[in-house]
Amino acid sequence: MATTTASTELPELTIDDLQRYSRHLLLPEVGEEGQRRLKAARVLCVGTGGLGSPLALYLAAAGVGTLGLVDFDVVDSSNLQRQIIHSTADIGRKKLDSAEEKLKALNPALNVVKHETRLSSANALDILKDYDVVADGTDNFPTRYLVNDACVLLGKPNAYGSIFRFEGQASVFAAENGPCYRCLYPEPPPPGLVPSCAEGGVLGILPGLVGVIQATEVIKLILGKGEPLVGRLLLVDALNMRFRELRLRRNPECPVCGAHPTVTNLIDYEQFCGIAPAAKEEQAVKNGIPQVSVQELKRRMDAGEDVFVLDVREPFEYQIANIGGKLIPQNDVPQRLAEIDRDREIVVQCKSGGRSQRIAEFLKQAGYPNVSNLAGGILAWSDQIDPKVPKY
Amino acid sequence: MTIFIPTPLRQFAAGKETITVNAATVAAALDELTQAHPDLRRHLFTGEGKVRAFVNVYLNDEDVRYLPEKDATKVSPADTLSIIPSIAGGTFA
Repeated sequence: MATTTASTELPELTIDDLQRYSRHLLLPEVGEEGQRRLKAARVLCVGTGGLGSPLALYLAAAGVGTLGLVDFDVVDSSNLQRQIIHSTADIGRKKLDSAEEKLKALNPALNVVKHETRLSSANALDILKDYDVVADGTDNFPTRYLVNDACVLLGKPNAYGSIFRFEGQASVFAAENGPCYRCLYPEPPPPGLVPSCAEGGVLGILPGLVGVIQATEVIKLILGKGEPLVGRLLLVDALNMRFRELRLRRNPECPVCGAHPTVTNLIDYEQFCGIAPAAKEEQAVKNGIPQVSVQELKRRMDAGEDVFVLDVREPFEYQIANIGGKLIPQNDVPQRLAEIDRDREIVVQCKSGGRSQRIAEFLKQAGYPNVSNLAGGILAWSDQIDPKVPKY
Repeated sequence: MTIFIPTPLRQFAAGKETITVNAATVAAALDELTQAHPDLRRHLFTGEGKVRAFVNVYLNDEDVRYLPEKDATKVSPADTLSIIPSIAGGTFA
């Protein structure tokens, strides 16, 4: 990609640039022309979390001219163990605003483009098309396949990274003549078989290590120097501090980048990954009350859906552990109906799902149109979503 | 030969990072591994005994799918077999 822009079209370096990037200018592999290429470059970071934090910071420091950021999340205190672009004071702020502030403080000349959205089949091509290189720092299966396919369709290289506990993977996909993620893994694992970091945990430093590898590959792609991680999968084992490398080949039968592709448009990636239509869960109904799994509730909360969680345990239980629901002990519910909004979707929650089922049935009888029960209660939440929530 | 067990699958292999087997081919090595750790079988193979689409097996640094003799490839004690499942750490964005 570095060869596509003639050096005469590249932006000039200012006096400030010459000072700021002097250590780059001394490198023959970068030099003035390379620094101008960086200044002209447009890089899209999908996600400003664990991988996206170091990625965006180093790209901003290196003098990349335009950095697009895709995120819709807000900063949570449990992010700060690894998402170093955000600070304690940013808890509750939009990640995009927090990230922009840090990046502009580091490099005021940087042009930050904020895409406050969840990347989807509907918007991905439109967002990605304006960038030269994509770095996927979201690290979930639907987005990974989405970004991969969009990069292949648009012909944009994708600096990929992924992490789990103490292990990471990195590569460059969808580069000219190189393999794509689907050449490596044609299909995602069924949901539940591979745990996520929220369930399995992750060493906070690991996304730093892997995100910086992604940033390095982005810079090399822009400069057109060195040997990019195209056709190679780098494995990082932080616990034993071992790096290994495996050879990746382009699969001639790849459904998206092969000789006869069957995927020529973006598809429904949540469905492809077996996540979207929570068909089985929706069907689970007990005594007329839909049973919501903790995963489903978490997904809806993360997606910013308006869900009213009603916690019907006793105050002492709430003090030990809660997931932020509104506390009205079960015996008080009949007298406190005014505090429960009829127009909202209500998910009733208790310790393990018994009391909440009875209260949900009561609310339904009292005329609440949209009431469901959190199956397994806060114990299931602790087991499957957040082990930091104490069990009692 | 040495088989590398990736983190997400170690819980099905008694927590071990590596397992040594004495086998003549890739297929025999995987067979010996999953006989010793039956829970791994379900994660590595489909009901028809094919390696799952989200798991790749590498002999040294080469994908077994691209070896001329595939899983019938002969192996020596100095070879390594790596099981590389797809991993994803984060939440949605």
